[in-house]
Amino acid sequence: MAVPLQQMEAASEPKELVRLVVIGSVDDGKSTLIGRLLYETGALFDDQIEQVRRATRNGDAIDFSLFTDGLKAEREQGITIDVAYRYFETRRRKFILADTPGHAQYTRNMATGASTADAAIILVDARLGVLPQTRRHATIASLLGIRRLAVAVNKMDLAGFDPGAFQRIAGQVRAFAASLGFTQLVLLPVSAKLGDNVALQSPRMPWHRGGSVLDFVESVEVQRDRAERPFRFPVQNVLRPHIDYRGLAGQIASGAVTVGDEIVVLPSGARSRVRAIETFEGPVSRAHAPMSVVLRLADDVDAGRGDLLAHPESAPAVGRQVEAMAVWLAERPLDFTRAYAIKHASCTSPARIEALRWRFDPETGEESPASSLALNEIGMVVVRAARPIAADPYALDRATGAFILIDALTNETVAAGMIASGPRAETEQAAARPIEPGMVLLVRARTEALSVARAHEFERIAAEGALVSAIVRRPAAARACAAAGLVVLFPAADEDLEAAREALRAVGVEPVEVDGEAEAQSLHRAIAREDR
Amino acid sequence: MLSHLRELEAESIHVIREVAAEFARPVLLYSIGKDSQVLLHLARKAFHPAPVPFPLLHVDTTWKFREMYAFRDRIVRELGLRLLVHRNQRALDEGINPFDHSSQKYTFALKTQALLEALANGGYDAAFGGARRDEEKSRAKERIFSFRDRHGQWEPRQQRPELWNLYNGRIEKGESIRVFPLSNWSELDVWQYVQLEDIPVVPLYFAAERPVVERQGNLIVVDDERFRLAPGEVPRHRRVRFRTLGCYPLSAAIESDAANVAAIIAEMRSSRRSERQGRLIDHDEEGSMETKKREGYF
Repeated sequence: MAVPLQQMEAASEPKELVRLVVIGSVDDGKSTLIGRLLYETGALFDDQIEQVRRATRNGDAIDFSLFTDGLKAEREQGITIDVAYRYFETRRRKFILADTPGHAQYTRNMATGASTADAAIILVDARLGVLPQTRRHATIASLLGIRRLAVAVNKMDLAGFDPGAFQRIAGQVRAFAASLGFTQLVLLPVSAKLGDNVALQSPRMPWHRGGSVLDFVESVEVQRDRAERPFRFPVQNVLRPHIDYRGLAGQIASGAVTVGDEIVVLPSGARSRVRAIETFEGPVSRAHAPMSVVLRLADDVDAGRGDLLAHPESAPAVGRQVEAMAVWLAERPLDFTRAYAIKHASCTSPARIEALRWRFDPETGEESPASSLALNEIGMVVVRAARPIAADPYALDRATGAFILIDALTNETVAAGMIASGPRAETEQAAARPIEPGMVLLVRARTEALSVARAHEFERIAAEGALVSAIVRRPAAARACAAAGLVVLFPAADEDLEAAREALRAVGVEPVEVDGEAEAQSLHRAIAREDR
Repeated sequence: MLSHLRELEAESIHVIREVAAEFARPVLLYSIGKDSQVLLHLARKAFHPAPVPFPLLHVDTTWKFREMYAFRDRIVRELGLRLLVHRNQRALDEGINPFDHSSQKYTFALKTQALLEALANGGYDAAFGGARRDEEKSRAKERIFSFRDRHGQWEPRQQRPELWNLYNGRIEKGESIRVFPLSNWSELDVWQYVQLEDIPVVPLYFAAERPVVERQGNLIVVDDERFRLAPGEVPRHRRVRFRTLGCYPLSAAIESDAANVAAIIAEMRSSRRSERQGRLIDHDEEGSMETKKREGYF
């Protein structure tokens, strides 16, 4: 009998938003479990139940899996091929449940569903026990940053509700999950078909005292420490309703900010203070994640879409190179020669994959050398972005540690990345090298104008060292000036960088690349120190 | 902790701002219903104190309730918004109407085709819609940034994976996306938010005495003289309201006493019927929404 939980709540009671991912294949009874969960929490309406009753193939009992198998192709094939989102509520919480298929070939969908989840539920068939895929599911959940996991040992009705069968599986799960870093691991004996331990404690399994699936989702602690972490604010848009107003719109990714706080704009390194925090309802003195707000700064510093604001004392690392675990999402395999774009927070930049350190097998946990990643494969990659990004390791901050890679030609989303280390400033080598006569410096920056401005700054630095320099725009001129012993400055916007590099190489010039913005940042700091 | 409504609000605003930043010509599909009103409210919040940086587009079948047109015009005037109205004039000239034509043909001509025409004419590369994933099974799998090919069509098996809140807005010329910032909202969330934010909605959502005829168990409100009554059929006044609004001959009312938002929320908590039940066009066949969506319907 359906428990109409929705009827019992007060209208105005604020609820906590909780995101779940359920992983398992149709053979494990995943759709049935979710259908049953929706039914028992009163999330289904009579006409939906009626519709499913009509579509149920045989017999009179409701086929709970039909509530969730949405697309025609899925109904025809009887399998789930895509992530679907379900919604239900209890008195305290509103749940967003990502329903993800569990077959090996759908790793990408599993990763998609897990990417935003606070907790995961993995299904295991009681008759089959722990399979390689169980380990894959748990590993992927762990990889995507999920720390709280319930394993529902389903079809207990077909295993005679036998505590021995359940204990055996529980032991196996605990053994392999120990290394995956879960802070909470709950094992539940369930019969989704009959409803045992889904919403209510099963009278047929009195030996189980660990509660039901609903108990787990109702009580699981969700990551609410987002507001406690260092402040991160990716700028989405600049609002300029009139000449005297310049507001930076964005959603606070983590941490909190207070009016008067000193902030640093990354990657440029420019500093300012928060003059006002504005919302539609009016100004506020403090805001925290995940609020969407508008920040106004005290100074007219250059800050726009793609920049990230942080507190200077807890600012993230800035650089072009990151090392990350990547889940490959596209049919076309990873290609080192292909042009990609990286989207990280609100910043999109051209990117390449420089290296593949190893491929990772989520079923065995083994790392092995590989030359590429195919669809649904996972590996540690080194990505180099044309524009420096300000990021955190994924383990510390999901919002600023995640990125996607987009194929520059087909526009497909080809990979999901979780930063393991970095970003690293990749210009250390170049910066450490003294400027010498005959050197060609490829000065890159976000925009054409900025790269030219930076080139002029380098020109001054060269002049201080009594070196003659020239800013040139043609590869042939660069070669001639270098041959004449000048320091050659060749400005290029990020988007033209690749072309500039190739054009110079084509005339036999091997440029030294300098990060105009990072260099300018250190100049800026040096000047600021002198001022004091 | 933010309440679930504030968290949903913040996420929807993030989506709306991403679209404004990454697309050249976004447009907000405004259908005058409660979801459109919430969407519009969020768009205003997203850019305040700047104005909403994209126009509203109403795909008009000419068969909406009179109160809907009046409400639309009032909202647009009061908020100083830019509204574009588009009709499939050829289909109207050919006499396509909800009485003589099947709901499939009518919907395809006056809604789907009209929408595709309007988007193509305006060169819009992103269109916001107020659809929610809890409305219908095929919606449950749709992305927040939902890619459309050159013909405005949806291919459910070729959807881009959507991880975290990192949306891939890259398209080629002629392609577009439909954006659904309310994807994760439920019907109850929408009404609670309408209450919380005091958002105006068309009065048809509230119970009142209205002239009604009963057709195959559906209560249809006779909104104007174009309605074709059967011989001997006489509209009777009944106390009804709408859970969902569309073309009046195709929208079924429910008997209700809920005359304000609080009463609607209370009614919804005890209701056992889904909101789409009142939409006559969804019941054509099993999977009919998916078929319409593939063709380009919202």
